[in-house]
Amino acid sequence: MSDNNHSGNWWIWKVFWILLGVTAFEVMLGILKVDGYLPDFLVFDTFLGLAWLTHIFIVLTLIKAGYIVMVFMHLGDEKKSLQWTILVPAFILVPYLLFIILTEAIHANLML
Amino acid sequence: MHDSLIQNDMNAPAWKGGDVPYKASYGKLMMWFFLITDTLTFSAFLAGYGFSRFKYQEKWPVPEDVFTHFPFLEGNHPLLFVALMTFILIMSSVTMVLAVNYGHKMQKNKVILWLSLTIVGGILFLSSQAWEWGHFIHGDKGAVELKNSEVVHIMEDNEIYSVYELMGVGSYDGYKYFDLTEFKNRFSEEENLRVRLSDKTFLDHASSVEYLENNAKKVLLGANLKSNEYGHVLFADYFFFITGFHGFHVFSGVVLLIILLINTIAGTYERRGHYEMVEKIGLYWHFVDLVWVFVFTFFYLV
Repeated sequence: MSDNNHSGNWWIWKVFWILLGVTAFEVMLGILKVDGYLPDFLVFDTFLGLAWLTHIFIVLTLIKAGYIVMVFMHLGDEKKSLQWTILVPAFILVPYLLFIILTEAIHANLML
Repeated sequence: MHDSLIQNDMNAPAWKGGDVPYKASYGKLMMWFFLITDTLTFSAFLAGYGFSRFKYQEKWPVPEDVFTHFPFLEGNHPLLFVALMTFILIMSSVTMVLAVNYGHKMQKNKVILWLSLTIVGGILFLSSQAWEWGHFIHGDKGAVELKNSEVVHIMEDNEIYSVYELMGVGSYDGYKYFDLTEFKNRFSEEENLRVRLSDKTFLDHASSVEYLENNAKKVLLGANLKSNEYGHVLFADYFFFITGFHGFHVFSGVVLLIILLINTIAGTYERRGHYEMVEKIGLYWHFVDLVWVFVFTFFYLV
């Protein structure tokens, strides 16, 4: 996106509605889960140790995070080199941290 | 994007600060670098939460059972209040990005308007968090702590039964302590009540009475750093630590925004010729919203 596309405010409200919609969808899924209306495979079947519903929540969260960082924080308007400088440490270190710590947690659980 | 903001002399030699490879000002770059480190800090907190949750998987409280109340509403409304808090923070992010936008256009009055609304949003969020903390600390229905520090709940059918109700008082009547012997006597008289163990399995009434007689240490009301009526104590510790650290970020953000607003009204940025400071504080404010998006998912939803 270049500055030319930023003439009005419509792009701000577009992202607002996306964030609001995704959050509302998440809350709806959460409430349906509490009330037991979700199909069993979403809640009880797991993939990589997490329920499918959790994977859905993670994907939705990353979508929201992407809109906040790229549009609200204008990272999408910065130079490519700056974008990578900011994103690469997070993309490498955070999954690495989660991988070792959660793997360790499962072993710790087995030793209880 | 904001070439006019970049103070460096583009014609100077590379090692004299002439190159501006990122085409962003020093202040903005430093804010981004700070935010990278803060990202890693919060990731570590959430990873730590994940560690404890996986380790004590069987004994971990279900978040939807913990955060079920809404101010002025009776009954159970899981997730509703935290959804409102999320909405407030997203809304304040929108007002912030509008302030930044009008800053680019040098429209002082609109910057003042949207900055003020952002501050209102931040204060609303902090108030909501104070309410939620208060409610969490006071506790909901109470539980029993065992001699080995585990927490068990009193159940009627599949619902947690209020300790206050069993003792015949209201939960906001000011009771902070119940006598264990009297509690056990009342429990043994109520045939429909059972104990749910910390791993969420149920005992029948007779064995519940015997179990409490042998193992109960005290009636547990509310949550703090040492004990937690909702379940494993680490859940309360992480709750206070993560939402507290995030809340402190929001508080710092509100302070920065107030300074920013005063400077805007005083015309500081008008004289400086650009509103880059609004943009830098805006980055921080959006980051706080970003962190909340993750806290919302990993603390309240999953």
